[in-house]
Amino acid sequence: MNAHALMASSPATPAPTGFAPSVGAGVAGEALRVENLRVELASGADIIDHIHFSLAPGEILGLVGESGSGKTTLATALLAHARRGAQIAGGRIDIAGASLLELKGDALRRARGGLIGYVAQDPAMALNPALRIGNLLRETLLAHEPLLARAAQADRLQQTLVDVGLPGDREFLRRFPHQLSGGQQQRVMLALAFVLRPRLIVLDEPTTALDVGTQAHILQTLRRLCKEQGVAAVYVSHDLAVIKDLVDRVMVMYAGRIVEVAQRERLFARPAHPYTLGLLAAIPDVARQRPLQAIAGHAPAPGQRPQGCAFAPRCARRSAACTSLEPSLNALDSAQQVACLHPQLTAVAAPTVVPATMLSCADTPLLSLRDLNLSYDRQVLFDLSLDLYKGECLAVVGESGSGKTSLARTLAGLGDTAQAELTFDGQPLSLLARQRPAATRHRIQYIFQNPYRALNPRQTVAQCLQAPLEHFFGLKGAACRARIDAALARVALPPDAAHKYPHHLSGGERQRVAIARALVCEPSVLICDEVTSALDVSVQAAILALLKQLQGEGMTLLFVTHDLGVVRAIADRVVVVREGRIVEQGPAQDVLDHPQAAYTQGLLAHSPRLG
Amino acid sequence: MFSASVWREPQIRRGGLVTLAIVLLALLGPWLAPHAATDMVGGVYGPPSGEAPLGHDFLGHDVVSRLLSGGVSILWMSLAAAAIALVLGTALGLLAGLSRQRLDQAITWLADVWLAFPDLILVLLIVSMLGRAPWLIVMTVAIAFTPGVIRLARGSAVAVASQEFVEAAQMMGFSRTRILLREILPNVLTPLLVHFGNMLTWGVGMLSGLSFLGYGVAPPAADWGLMINENQAGLLVQPWAVLAPALLIGVFAYGTNILAEGIARHSAGERK
Repeated sequence: MNAHALMASSPATPAPTGFAPSVGAGVAGEALRVENLRVELASGADIIDHIHFSLAPGEILGLVGESGSGKTTLATALLAHARRGAQIAGGRIDIAGASLLELKGDALRRARGGLIGYVAQDPAMALNPALRIGNLLRETLLAHEPLLARAAQADRLQQTLVDVGLPGDREFLRRFPHQLSGGQQQRVMLALAFVLRPRLIVLDEPTTALDVGTQAHILQTLRRLCKEQGVAAVYVSHDLAVIKDLVDRVMVMYAGRIVEVAQRERLFARPAHPYTLGLLAAIPDVARQRPLQAIAGHAPAPGQRPQGCAFAPRCARRSAACTSLEPSLNALDSAQQVACLHPQLTAVAAPTVVPATMLSCADTPLLSLRDLNLSYDRQVLFDLSLDLYKGECLAVVGESGSGKTSLARTLAGLGDTAQAELTFDGQPLSLLARQRPAATRHRIQYIFQNPYRALNPRQTVAQCLQAPLEHFFGLKGAACRARIDAALARVALPPDAAHKYPHHLSGGERQRVAIARALVCEPSVLICDEVTSALDVSVQAAILALLKQLQGEGMTLLFVTHDLGVVRAIADRVVVVREGRIVEQGPAQDVLDHPQAAYTQGLLAHSPRLG
Repeated sequence: MFSASVWREPQIRRGGLVTLAIVLLALLGPWLAPHAATDMVGGVYGPPSGEAPLGHDFLGHDVVSRLLSGGVSILWMSLAAAAIALVLGTALGLLAGLSRQRLDQAITWLADVWLAFPDLILVLLIVSMLGRAPWLIVMTVAIAFTPGVIRLARGSAVAVASQEFVEAAQMMGFSRTRILLREILPNVLTPLLVHFGNMLTWGVGMLSGLSFLGYGVAPPAADWGLMINENQAGLLVQPWAVLAPALLIGVFAYGTNILAEGIARHSAGERK
């Protein structure tokens, strides 16, 4: 579809006013042109550098990279903004003929919003809770177009709300943000961006907090709006699978540089940069089980880039030249550019499918839960029963609010108001951890979702692991020390990690410490509550591999997740939970390949997939 | 808890040096003083001279000697009061923050009622009823400070107690005391230390206020607060007898405040 023609014919696109095109403005017909952009810290170390790219009206670019790759820095730089302690040190950004970095004061303020819209990650934080939806939109509109007549204003608001898939009636305009669902809130954010008819929209992982169904709908809406209105978009994400059906082109960033840019189909069929290959191999695929490959090592911090290619230390294809020459972005052909001395030039072989191993379960369950009812201010779990067999990995799947976390917490002994019958190893077990005998308490361990909150920031890793060892086994001194070293080795952390505080560790390393804390208790059951959802995909792959390895050593796992790809990668059996009730359960292969419940079918249909 | 990097924080260095200087002055002062604090060595409100750089006070004492001797009492009293309030308030506040039930309501209610009394009035009331022994004054100032500490400790503890590492400890079956001391206390210490610095400052202010009103250290003993009170009549004739102790109190307040702020900054940066 020709986006230019669309844009010209669209009555909604106003003529740009108030922006005199400056000398050397971008090529006509481009919505965005970025040249040699550089953002650096006060120390002079670059966060991003040598950034060149351009976007046509209506084109959607996926900006992909892991934490620390500089993708968010680039996204905010497109609004001429740098976070505290950083500054835009050089380069040029042209948006619809205006040179953004030369604008100051009022002109810059009008450009933000007017020319470039921004949609933040968490709508619940981004929407002012004290303002009604109507006021939010009206204020935004009036700040940029104060001369708009009242009737035209109302029309524009209503049209925009309908465009983003929200009811445009008066009743809806009177609501407050907290009265909307997460998906509706994110649609309001889209409306706030689109109401000003910008030329470019920057979206920073706007769907990470949403359920898969909601996410799929929002992405559809976004693509339709960009195409209809000729608005270019930069969509920031850490997950290639999520953006697969949304974007036209993908730009992969690593350590502050663009390492690969390609048309969407090309990138997924024939990734050329080893880092892109690694990212793709790390994403669990809901369609088929395959071994997940983590990317070993860390991305370098700003100012610590190695000589030559920044990815070389983690790269399997590196040669001697890679450590001395920094590769520049070269076009392989019109559809693909890559910054690598040894790009992959042929399509990658389809990943080997792992044959499903049928687990030989013991007949009697290790942990058995009957008729769990749980209420807070309302009832969240209804007559829920499940069995966990020794040595298996049982996945509990559901959307936010399904009660899956409450279920996991109850098993771990944190469900204060729960009522149920629980047996463990044939013996009745209390629902409250403090009433369980120490001899059983240590055998059921829990790993939390957010590794940033699960570790005491004032304790070193050694202190954190030592406490349960003293508590459960009365170990002190050298014996304790030996167990700590063994546990760290088991989760693949170096021994010197013992003396570090959590803030010295990355997210993946923190989650490993949390797992080590559970392991020193010598558990039989590990309850994992969304343990990888706060982590990058390559780190997630490593953590999943670690859990799989523990299972191989005889551990029983209960894995709570919303991600069916992760279920495919790790689970033997699945329980699907919806609104506090089990809607389907069975062997993972069966449920994922032949879902029976309509709800499971819906979840599967909306799950982002690579294939 | 803090590494050697604390000294890289300029505010900690500056605040620490200023505070240390005043404390040393107060501690070593009595030995350095040219005269005893109660010796009448000159004329009433005698002007500054080579022998007495800051002149003489309302009874003809040497102002420099009284300054050097009059710091110990006010500093130890404010330090003791702030320390007692810190320990008492932290214990009650943490208990309230972790229990979140009836005990919490009771402690919070008590602290709120207590806070409703103006500090100085409360202290004046107690001292005028029970007498002016130094330990009694310290206790009353500490009691006036305690509800503020309770509120702060409780608020910080509530925020920490909802974090998952506290739940992890509960799940392991650690005792409540252990959770309070090992999991929660280290994470609320920073705001409490900053508050401690502020209390030192307020304590010096409140104690000099008490002396000024005639309820503090009894004359003829030397005390910075008392000196301001004694010599106010001669402010226009011999201002140094009033200004010098006021200045020292001000500098001490500045030092502890900057130090407290530096600790807060350092600890915020440490966790980034």
